[in-house]
Amino acid sequence: MDVKSNLKTAYSQQEGNSTHLASFQTENWKTFSGMGIPALKHEEWKYIPVKNIFKDEMNIAIESSNLEDTIIKKSILPGTEEANTIVFFNGRFQADHSIIHEKDALVVKSLETAAGDEDALFVEEHLGHSQAYHPDGVNALNGAFASGGAFIKLKKGKSLLQPLIIYHFSDSSNGFRFSQPRILASIEANAQITIVETYINIGGGESFTNEVIEICTGRDSITRYIKLQNEGKHSNHTGTTHVRQLERSNTHAVTITLDGAIVRNNLNMVMEDEHAESHMYGLYLLNGNTIADNHTIVDNRMPHCESNELYKGIMDDQSTGVFNGKIFVRKDSQKTNAYQSNKNILIGDQASANTKPQLEIFADDVKCSHGCTIGKLDEDALFYLRARGISEKNAKALLLQAFASDILGQIEHEAIKNYIEQLISERLSFQA
Amino acid sequence: MLKIENLQARIEEKEILRGINLDIKPGEVHAIMGPNGSGKSTLASVLAGREDYEVTGGSVDFLGKDLLELSPEDRAKEGLFLAFQYPVEIPGVSTTNFMKTALNEKRKYHGLDPLDAAQFLKLMKEKMKLVQIDQALLSRSLNEGFSGGEKKRNEIFQMAMLEPKLAILDETDSGLDIDALRIVANGVNQLRSKDNSFLVVTHYQRLLEYIVPDYVHVLYKGRIVKSGTKDLALELEERGYDFIKEEVDQAIA
Ligand SMILES: Nc1ncnc2c1ncn2[C@@H]1O[C@H](COP(=O)(O)OP(=O)(O)OP(=O)(O)O)[C@@H](O)[C@H]1O
Ligand SMILES: [Mg+2]
Repeated sequence: MDVKSNLKTAYSQQEGNSTHLASFQTENWKTFSGMGIPALKHEEWKYIPVKNIFKDEMNIAIESSNLEDTIIKKSILPGTEEANTIVFFNGRFQADHSIIHEKDALVVKSLETAAGDEDALFVEEHLGHSQAYHPDGVNALNGAFASGGAFIKLKKGKSLLQPLIIYHFSDSSNGFRFSQPRILASIEANAQITIVETYINIGGGESFTNEVIEICTGRDSITRYIKLQNEGKHSNHTGTTHVRQLERSNTHAVTITLDGAIVRNNLNMVMEDEHAESHMYGLYLLNGNTIADNHTIVDNRMPHCESNELYKGIMDDQSTGVFNGKIFVRKDSQKTNAYQSNKNILIGDQASANTKPQLEIFADDVKCSHGCTIGKLDEDALFYLRARGISEKNAKALLLQAFASDILGQIEHEAIKNYIEQLISERLSFQA
Repeated sequence: MLKIENLQARIEEKEILRGINLDIKPGEVHAIMGPNGSGKSTLASVLAGREDYEVTGGSVDFLGKDLLELSPEDRAKEGLFLAFQYPVEIPGVSTTNFMKTALNEKRKYHGLDPLDAAQFLKLMKEKMKLVQIDQALLSRSLNEGFSGGEKKRNEIFQMAMLEPKLAILDETDSGLDIDALRIVANGVNQLRSKDNSFLVVTHYQRLLEYIVPDYVHVLYKGRIVKSGTKDLALELEERGYDFIKEEVDQAIA
């Protein structure tokens, strides 16, 4: 069977329901059927051969989970044993495996449930909001499978003591696994949360995760978001993190990409009210044939909003790093402050970096700046370290760690920061 | 300790060192003076192993080893130290972290166990006192935003930590105020012993009042054109380089 019929079979396998979710899925399936998968000539996908990921043998069948607790335990990020956790398996939310400690503040349920209870209105208003920013078959295909999604609500005025960590497991032991997690989150007014997403390919085969997470951050809320990608060379990823920011809300996102086959991250900050603030940081440390593409959008729709963005890339071997940063400042968005910077270091002779700032400014009283660099390791610094007796390998590792340090410094959670630092140190094979 | 014979080096087709001969014995302090652009820093860089320079002739023996065959890091591990004329700023790397790595790599090379955190801290405290450098400075990014004098003091601190057999100081005195100069000189003198040698590049006789050299050499157009005792430095201070330049240029012509 070819990939199209496989997708169709899986699509119709989903159990119908009578909520908004059902019509949402139908709409998305139609959109997907009409548009298909974007080709390289699609301007937004020109570095990502996403069509190549879709293979006939791709397994998308919706199966019940056989996930074992021992596997989950093994994957828990060190130092986060007390955290609230959500588990997805092959793209479907697993209520049984998810553990919420702070139940008075945090509600986690299936998207299907939310679409039929007191949160139905929220679902109707917010689900699929990212589509306007990504009108393509990839986003629509995820929407068509939204029945397996999860709904998250952090109640008004509540601050989570522990982060909420979302583990996405893909089981590739029976062949190429295709997973499509969908998440909708409501961070209500004055609430504070740290959300972490991480991805685990179990089974050692090929995998492809196509994710959409949409978050609405309420008035005066603070949202910290960390996306950690270290899945391995057989794992593909296309993901959209879409944030609608209400008045004076503050969002702080850190995206760390350490491994993968083809990786595409969309991060959107939509400033829907005044005085919203977003901080976007990214680090991609790539080797082998990995292609990682970070597309970010800051859409300033109202006055007095502020955004700050710094993405850094280190490319070894034949890897490719892509950064595209769009900043829209709409006509009425006076007094917008928007800063963007992308810095790349190429280590491998065959490595490459592509960077493209895209500023579209329709208001006159704004402060916007952007800058990008693509360079090599500083030879003078390298020699200085070696002249003190530090081996070339360690000297390079020290300099690269230093380059990465201001991004890692943005991670507030100590244990998670230390863990990622250690992963990077191992990758650079620093020997103490 | 260090024996340089007919050393020649160039960069991008430009000959800079045109046959240097120098013999430094254990315990000796040699000073190198000479006009701007004569090749002093080039000599220091070539000895430290900077790969931008191409050595086109001659040999350098360091403690019985062919120095030119060693990587920069192995030269350092064998006991060579260069205090840079222009120390590099390295954002994101603290002096403390970097020194710990350097010291423990050196120890490993010599078959010693790495220092643990407490031992390292103790050593650091001791050496910090020696060069009167502040802990706060060492926790910051290496040389980033340091004043000229602070950078130089940091070089001497690193030297004190690594306890080299041969230290090359390239204009470590430039940009130092009187007090800092005394502190730096004091740091050097504390390390002086019958086993350690120094090669001090300077423009000023002033430093040599504190670090009294056994020999003074004048480098001009890539050659050592005059050698003498500390009195030569005094003479240069009074008369400038013109009389030497004339002698040399006449001899060439
Ligand atoms: N990377 C380089 N490329 C081209 N020329 C160079 C390079 N490095 C040094 N030189 C040249 O080599 C010559 C010697 O330079 P060097 O820095 O060794 O002089 P110096 O004696 O240390 O001078 P100063 O007293 O000013 O420090 C100079 O003419 C300099 O311009
Ligand atoms: Mg010089």
